[in-house]
Amino acid sequence: MNKTYLIFRHEFLHTIKRTGFLILTLALPVLALLGIGVFHIVSGITKPPTEVAKVGYVDEAGGFDQFTTQGKITLVRFDTQEAATQALTKKDISEFFVIPPDYISAGIIDRYTVQKEVTPPSATETAIKNFLTSNLLAGKVPVATIARIEAPLNLVTTTLTGAGNVATEQGGLGNLIIPGVFGFLLALALIFSSIYVLQALGEEKENRLMEILLSSVSTRQLMTGKVLGIGLAGLAQVAVWVVSIPLLLGLASSSIGGFISTIRIPANFLVLGVTYFFLGYLLFAVLSAGVAAISATVREAQGLAGIFTIFAMAPFWFFSLILLFPNSPIWVVFSIFPFSAPVLVMLRLGMTGVPAWQLTVSIAVLVLSIVGGLLLTAKLLRTYLLMYGKRPNLGEIFRNLMIG
Amino acid sequence: MPAVEVNHIIKSYADKAAVNDLAFSVNQGEIFGLIGPNGAGKTTTIRMLMDIIKPDSGDVTILGEKLSEASKNKLGYMPEERGLYRKLSVIDSIIYLASLKGMHRHSAEEKANELLNQTGMLPNKRKKIEELSKGMGQIIQFIVTIIHDPELVILDEPFAGLDPVNTELLKKMFVGLRTQGKAVILSTHQMNQVEELCDRVLMINDGRAVLYGNLTEIKSRYRSHSVILDFEGELGQVPGVAEKRMHKGYVELVLDGNTAPKQVLERLVSTGIVINRFEVATPSLNEIFLEVAAKDHE
Repeated sequence: MNKTYLIFRHEFLHTIKRTGFLILTLALPVLALLGIGVFHIVSGITKPPTEVAKVGYVDEAGGFDQFTTQGKITLVRFDTQEAATQALTKKDISEFFVIPPDYISAGIIDRYTVQKEVTPPSATETAIKNFLTSNLLAGKVPVATIARIEAPLNLVTTTLTGAGNVATEQGGLGNLIIPGVFGFLLALALIFSSIYVLQALGEEKENRLMEILLSSVSTRQLMTGKVLGIGLAGLAQVAVWVVSIPLLLGLASSSIGGFISTIRIPANFLVLGVTYFFLGYLLFAVLSAGVAAISATVREAQGLAGIFTIFAMAPFWFFSLILLFPNSPIWVVFSIFPFSAPVLVMLRLGMTGVPAWQLTVSIAVLVLSIVGGLLLTAKLLRTYLLMYGKRPNLGEIFRNLMIG
Repeated sequence: MPAVEVNHIIKSYADKAAVNDLAFSVNQGEIFGLIGPNGAGKTTTIRMLMDIIKPDSGDVTILGEKLSEASKNKLGYMPEERGLYRKLSVIDSIIYLASLKGMHRHSAEEKANELLNQTGMLPNKRKKIEELSKGMGQIIQFIVTIIHDPELVILDEPFAGLDPVNTELLKKMFVGLRTQGKAVILSTHQMNQVEELCDRVLMINDGRAVLYGNLTEIKSRYRSHSVILDFEGELGQVPGVAEKRMHKGYVELVLDGNTAPKQVLERLVSTGIVINRFEVATPSLNEIFLEVAAKDHE
């Protein structure tokens, strides 16, 4: 049997049996299912109020006696604050407010409630606001105009293509959710896969198994089998997520609705997601192998690998800035920079239309970096895989690479 | 056809030559001792034999050909510092490493059971490697080294850390390999083991060969001109003996340059003393090792 395949199979099976790998793989679907379940339990227990709430008011300014029904809130007039307080303590009303005589000039409304709150409930605030506006404008403008003044804007945005047609991707927060979640999981998958490569090679170097392996296989077979075996495990992990996202989304959308039903998966996202995972993983895995070769211990290797794995998580530190300015030249540069490209492109796909040229250049640079990384790592493996003890400094590594 | 043929190999790291113009051969059906002080270049030599590292110049032939993926399967190697997958079971470790030597899973398992039984390790086959003692781990490592029936077996310090029972067990297996016509290279510091097991030796120092050949011939070459005598009675002047060195239980007679041991024996018999032991004094390999190393440093 082909030895590269034997190493590949060993590494794949060894990786997918790891507890950490299983937890990370199942985390997304299990957490999402839990979330849907919790929503149903909570919504089952907490029934939305069906009764009409009664809010009292005392009109000291005068003229506020119409429009006392605002949605599910009925406004009940009291002559004095004492009468309103008494009704509140008897729980005839849930709260009351006072329109003072100088309301027109000062604009202050005094509100009284027995509930401890951080901010007033928005439904109550809207009801009071609309009640005041309606009464202030009554008889001065048509009723329809009053409704418009209360809700002047319902912004419906349509994104057009360059040719002026309606674009298939209409953006919005719903469009950002999947790439954001996927980007985060992708960053984790890249970091964990790199750690698995580091551990696999580092442990074999640390416990001297490397010499036995190299007496049976070549460095090339060892590295190819390992990188592809662990890579397939990582790809299987991403595949589980990619398959579960639309299924979970369908389940959540049909059972929860609302904002969830607005969540969309951007076009080409799945293809690009798998492509960027595959290329990003290869780059990180190849460099991890090089780092494992020059490190004396797994711990030391993990520390060194942090230099490039940190770029996988870095886009999340600047998430709000990317959200505000998704097409800033800085993010374009980092979408091409190979270490940050996989995750950053995923995020930007959810926020804006990433031009095809950027995707092409970004993928091309990733591919070139992988080729360069392979050549560099092959040299490092040949030189340092069987050297134990102190880690060589950068100068020594550079000299040895030059000698070849 | 020699199992190993090394032709003037040189390997340097930075400015230092780790192996300098080394040439030797190892025959099939012999145990060959590779000896030398720490840092002499033994491990570098072994790694070049196995094609793990390439010599700067010179070449190595294993079983009549340059080492390839196929010929790697005819080679068994047990490095000085042992290593196995700690989390893997004994049987899975053996099967995986045997499969990398070209064995099919089924035959690897069959052979593993046979060797585990032979070494008394069968009850431990399902245990994880990390649950084994160091000595047990070394036996498993040895099984991994020979499971694929290699033509050439390279053992780097195979007795390090082994108890006397397991040492004897391994020695018997090494001799068994020689009997089967395998070539065995034994790299060790334990000179008594080399003397007991090896047919020929190569001693290297600072990357160069300083002693190479048949062990008996080497010992004969380094023989001092003296005899060991254990006797009862009065030993007077013996013609041809230049000096008497008294030791506990015996006396060493240093002969003059013109007298052979046989002549001395005849003269001793004629004196009428009771001779319990008479033998030509030969230095131990350890003494030769120290002498050669000291001369090489001068």
